[in-house]
Amino acid sequence: MAYKNFILVCGGTGCESSRSDEIYRNLIKEAESLGVSRDVQVVKTGCFGFCEKGPIVKVLPSESFYVQVKPEDAHDIIAEQVIKGREVTRLLYRKDKKTETTKLEEIEFYQKQFRIVLRNCGVINPENIDEYIARDGYKALERVLFEMTPEEVIAELKASGLRGRGGAGFPTGMKWEAARKAPGDIKYIVCNADEGDPGAYMDRSTIEGDPHSILEAMVIAGKTVEANFGYIYIRAEYPLAIERLKIAIAQAKEYGLLGKDILGSGFDFDIEIRLGAGAFVCGEETALLQSIEGKRGMPRPKPPFPAMKGLWGKPTVINNVETLANVPVVLTRGANWFSSIGTDKSKGTKVFALTGKINNSGLIEVPMGTTLREIIFDIGGGIRNGKKFKGVQTGGPSGGIIVDKDLDKPISYETLTALGSMMGSGGMIVMDEDDCVVDVSKFYMTFCVDESCGKCAPCRIGTKQMQMLLDKITRGQGEEADLAKLEQIGKAMTKASLCLLGGSAANPTLSTIRHFRDEYLEHIHDKKCRAGKCKDLVVYEINPEKCIGCGLCARRCPVTCISGEKKKAHVIDSSKCIKCGECFTVCKFGAVIKR
Amino acid sequence: MAKMTLDQLRALRAQKQEELETRNVEGKDIQLIVGMGTCGIAAGAKQTFDAIVAALEKHKLANKVVVRQTGCMGLCYVEPTVEVIMPDMPPVIYGKMTSDVAEELVVKHLIEHSLLDNHIFDKPAIDIAKH
Repeated sequence: MAYKNFILVCGGTGCESSRSDEIYRNLIKEAESLGVSRDVQVVKTGCFGFCEKGPIVKVLPSESFYVQVKPEDAHDIIAEQVIKGREVTRLLYRKDKKTETTKLEEIEFYQKQFRIVLRNCGVINPENIDEYIARDGYKALERVLFEMTPEEVIAELKASGLRGRGGAGFPTGMKWEAARKAPGDIKYIVCNADEGDPGAYMDRSTIEGDPHSILEAMVIAGKTVEANFGYIYIRAEYPLAIERLKIAIAQAKEYGLLGKDILGSGFDFDIEIRLGAGAFVCGEETALLQSIEGKRGMPRPKPPFPAMKGLWGKPTVINNVETLANVPVVLTRGANWFSSIGTDKSKGTKVFALTGKINNSGLIEVPMGTTLREIIFDIGGGIRNGKKFKGVQTGGPSGGIIVDKDLDKPISYETLTALGSMMGSGGMIVMDEDDCVVDVSKFYMTFCVDESCGKCAPCRIGTKQMQMLLDKITRGQGEEADLAKLEQIGKAMTKASLCLLGGSAANPTLSTIRHFRDEYLEHIHDKKCRAGKCKDLVVYEINPEKCIGCGLCARRCPVTCISGEKKKAHVIDSSKCIKCGECFTVCKFGAVIKR
Repeated sequence: MAKMTLDQLRALRAQKQEELETRNVEGKDIQLIVGMGTCGIAAGAKQTFDAIVAALEKHKLANKVVVRQTGCMGLCYVEPTVEVIMPDMPPVIYGKMTSDVAEELVVKHLIEHSLLDNHIFDKPAIDIAKH
C-alpha cells in the first residue's frame, strides 16, 4: 500500500526544543483518529537549516513548506491537506505579509546553498538505516572494501582536495597516508565531535540528521589505514546526537556493516562512543586523545602528530565530523566532481551556523568561494530590524571580526586567515551597530580564561591579563597604553602558546583593535560606549520637554529609581539605576536618552 | 535482519531506493493531479489515487511522475477528475476517472502518448497566479 502524502517533521535540536516532537506525535495520532494513517507517512528528519522559522514541517509531494508550526496545528495538516488536499495556507512560509512562497526551492534562504555534508538532513529519517542506504549510503564502503586498494582511496582523497573542516584545513588524504605508513599493528580512528564554540552547532546537526554518514566514513578510514577500532568523542550535552548515534551503531551492527567480517570482506571494525564533559580544550586533538584515555584533557606538544603517536601511543587518524561526512560523497561521486566545487585551494563546501543579529539564523552549507556578503545578505536575509551591519565573527573565540569592506572576499581557508580571522569549525556570529566590539572581545576573552587548561603559561596568564585590561576599558578606566599592552600580550600568546586555544585566543581582540581602534579610544578618552553596551559608561536620562508623565517607565523600572508626578516630567535617580535599558525600550515618546 | 552480504546490501538499496522515490519530486516532469474535493472523494478519487500509484509502480514510472492531490477542480459532474501535465502533450483534465481506468491512463497517455478520448472534459484554467 503506497502512501499518498509524506510529512517530514524537523527533529533537530532547535525544532525539538520548540516542541516538534509533540507535533510529530500529534500528526500520527490525528492520522489514526481520522482514519488516514495508511495514506500518510510521518517522518522525523534531521535539521532543515531554517532554524529561524522552526519548527519546520514539510509535506510531500505538494512541497508545502510550513514554518513555526505548533502541536495543535497537526489536526489541520491532517484534516485539510491529507484528507482534502488543501494546503494550510496560514502556515506557509512568507517572506513578508504580501508575498506567498510555498516551495523550498523558491525560498531565498536555500537559493545559494549547496548541500554535500547536509545532503540527507531534512530528507531522511536519521533513525532508519534503510533510508540512508537508499540514498547511496554505504555505497562508498562497498567500493573501498571490494574494489579499491587503500592507496587508491588515499589518492582519490588527495585528488579531491578535501581538507580538515575542524578549522586548520590539513589535507585529509595526507593525514590518512601518514597514519597508513606509520608502523604499528594497532591503529585507531577517532571522530572529533567535541564542538565547543559559542554559537556553533554544525557537527551536532550533522550527526542528528545523518549519523550513518559518520559511521560509514570511519569504517572507510579504518580499512584504509588498517585500523580496527574507532571512537566518537562527543560532548555529553548533545543528548539527541548521542541517542541517534547509538541507534545508528546498533542498526549498522545488526546489518553487519560494523563488527566482525563486514559484508563478508574479512575486515573487522567497531565503534564506541566516548562522552566529553564539555571542556573547550578537548576539541584540540591531543587533549581529546588524553581525555579518551581517561586522563585530564590537556594538550601536548606536536610533533609527534597523532598520525604517528596518538591514542595510547598508537597511530591515530583524528577527523572532525564534517570532514568525515564528506568522505563517502568524495568516494561515490569521485575526486573530479568534488574538486570542481569551490576555489583553487579550498575544495567542496562549508557548513556554517549563522547566528546573531541576522534575519534568517540557521544552518547553511555553501560552496567554498561564496562571499560573506552573499551569506549574510542573501541567505541570511540581512540584519534584523533594519540595523546597520557592523561585523561578523567567524571561527568563534579563535577567529576575528570581519568588517564590511572585506565582505566581498570569497571564503576559503587562506582568505579568512589573511583577514586575521580563521575558518574555524564554522560558527558565524553577525553583529550590528548595537554591539560593542570591546564588550564582545571581553566576552570571548572571558570564555578563553574559563576554558584555558592552564598547562602553558602564555595562555594561562595571557588570557587573564588581556581579560583584565579589556574589563578595565569597558569600565571607563582604560588608558591609551593599554592598547599597546593588549597587542603585545596577544602577539606573545599567538607565538608561544602550546596549542591553538592560546594561539588564537587573542584573535578577536587583535582584529577588533585593528578595525575599530577609534571605538576603543572612545571608551578610553571620552568614556563613551556608542553601542551602549558597556554599562559603566552609559547614563540614562529623561528629557523633560518630551516626557508627558505617563509613568510607564516608572512602572517597568525593576529597581524603582524613576519618580515623578502624573502628567509631569519624570526623573531617573542615576545612583540607583542598574542600566538595564528597560525605560529606554518602553518609552513611546523618545523621552529617555541614552548617553 | 541478520548480517548482510554485499549482494544483500545492494538488493536492499535498490528496493529502498524505489520506496523513497515516491517521496522525491526533483527531476520529475510529469504531474498527475487528482481532484480530491468532497465531490471527488465521494466519487472514488481515493481509490483512483491508489490505483494510479499502483499502475505507475507496475509500469516502472514511479521515478518520473509526481502524483499530487488537489481540491475540487469544478467539474463535479464528472468526478473523479485527474489533470495530466507532461512535456510534448497538451495539458488535459480527464473526468470519470474511476479506479478501473487508472491503468489505461498510465499506459495510453504516459507511455503511448495518446489521449483518452472518452474522458477529456477540459483543459486546465489559466492560472491567475502566473499570468
